[in-house]
Amino acid sequence: MKTIKEINEKIKRGEVVVVTAEEVIELVEKKGAKRAAQEVDVVTTGTFGPMCSSGAYFNIGHTRPRIKIGGGTCTLNDVPAYTGFAAVDIYLGATALPDDDPRNKVYPGEFKYGGAHVIQELVNGNDVRLEASAYGTDCYPRKKLETLINLKDLNEAVLFNIRNAYQNYNVAVNLSDKTIYTYMGMLKPGLGNANYCSAGQLSPLLKDPFYRTIGIGTKIFLGGGIGYIAWQGTQHNPQVLRGDSGIPLVPGGTLAVIGDLKQMKPEWLVGTSMFGYGVTLIVGIGVPIPVLNEETVQYAAAKDKDIYAPVVDYAQNYPHCSGSALAEVNYAQLKSGKINVQGKEVPTGNLSSYSKAREISEELKSWIKKGDFVLTEPVAKLPGAESGYTFKMLKERPLIEKEA
Amino acid sequence: MVAKRIVLHFPHRLVDQPIVYKLVKEFDLQFNILKAFVTPQEEGLMVLELSGKRENFDQGVEYLRSCGVRIQPLAQDVVRNEAKCTNCGVCVPICPTQALVVDPVTRKVLFNNKKCIACELCVKICPPRAMEVHF
Repeated sequence: MKTIKEINEKIKRGEVVVVTAEEVIELVEKKGAKRAAQEVDVVTTGTFGPMCSSGAYFNIGHTRPRIKIGGGTCTLNDVPAYTGFAAVDIYLGATALPDDDPRNKVYPGEFKYGGAHVIQELVNGNDVRLEASAYGTDCYPRKKLETLINLKDLNEAVLFNIRNAYQNYNVAVNLSDKTIYTYMGMLKPGLGNANYCSAGQLSPLLKDPFYRTIGIGTKIFLGGGIGYIAWQGTQHNPQVLRGDSGIPLVPGGTLAVIGDLKQMKPEWLVGTSMFGYGVTLIVGIGVPIPVLNEETVQYAAAKDKDIYAPVVDYAQNYPHCSGSALAEVNYAQLKSGKINVQGKEVPTGNLSSYSKAREISEELKSWIKKGDFVLTEPVAKLPGAESGYTFKMLKERPLIEKEA
Repeated sequence: MVAKRIVLHFPHRLVDQPIVYKLVKEFDLQFNILKAFVTPQEEGLMVLELSGKRENFDQGVEYLRSCGVRIQPLAQDVVRNEAKCTNCGVCVPICPTQALVVDPVTRKVLFNNKKCIACELCVKICPPRAMEVHF
């Protein structure tokens, strides 16, 4: 048994032993969980995939005379930002699109530029064009603003992603007879390809399946800088079906994360276009797992062949919330380049970069080893499998209630 | 032996005539059609990989020219912007010629330009738009 405090003291003394979520697999296989738990202090995870529920908020500073963008309109490089806050606070969502972008109008649409690209440009140090309009009031008389802005000049620029790092995800296929364009990529007809989206054995929540160490307040690698877990992510669903190892067999838990955008790096926050679907942000996240006991290290040593994902038809079943999974496959099979679905060999592609996930786990490891990154105690737990917390479908109700 | 990728432009008057088969019959050349279409103005365009003995190759090309076919080397090329590629691998099952494969050890995506037939499928579907067409 170890405590986070003891591990942090080791980090400060330069004696900490850190391994990545890949390395720990071999270690546990060789030495057993008991020895591994004694020898290792921290396991670093990583993931680098498209995460749509991402975005950033900014305080751009007041103009002279003042303008109240709040309640007005605001665009950044023609991409609309949300203005429903005080005078000069705005929030830019990753999936926001310019109004009437001609490139998106011809089916299936290119979706070459949106909020995620603006965020990446800002992080890259590029100037971005801000245009805003407001009503004009006694205390905020100005009605129009057109200016260049730069990340370094903003008061606050904070990445605040309300759902990231999904614990497991669907494998998308197409059972129909025409090509479809989805958030899981282009899917060729008749089981032409199968796209998945997880770092598998490197992915944070798959290595701590019951959220025993990862919690609210956990300090993380976020977009190349430092961030924190702010809350459970939206659609957090800890009560899903789990395998013998406790790992969810379908998408389960999620994280909401927050961090200072100014210290992040453009290579770890990448604006992305899903052809025929829209724009999203690829986010780099790495979460350290403190090895508190044998159990933690045992969970952290889960490997690709023990982690299963459902194969889902995105032509009919996903859009209409019908049917069930066509198959269950593990990440070792997915990574082999082909899986078997309904007797057919289907080539696989990953939307989430495993090599980048590996780089993140290595980077976080080096930060901890150098003493630059100490661990935090979670201030509260994420809702777990026993919490009753669950994810529901919307129950639609008519706008006018029928008279009794 | 010589093997080259060339772009053939067929003028309107040649679109309904059999021409390419003569490359095999008369000049003993091998060809692989990488792309072919007839535009609404009825100009024909064909991208070929043509290979054979140097002498035959030159004669074959001369024959095409004598018929009125305009010939360009294939300068259009799909190039990977290394700075943009995240090595995710979603392009891999889409590529019809296995020009894009995942290295099983590094999990990085390898791009073999020689196998690429410039179909441009990867250009459309690459999430960070790292695959670019260069002319």
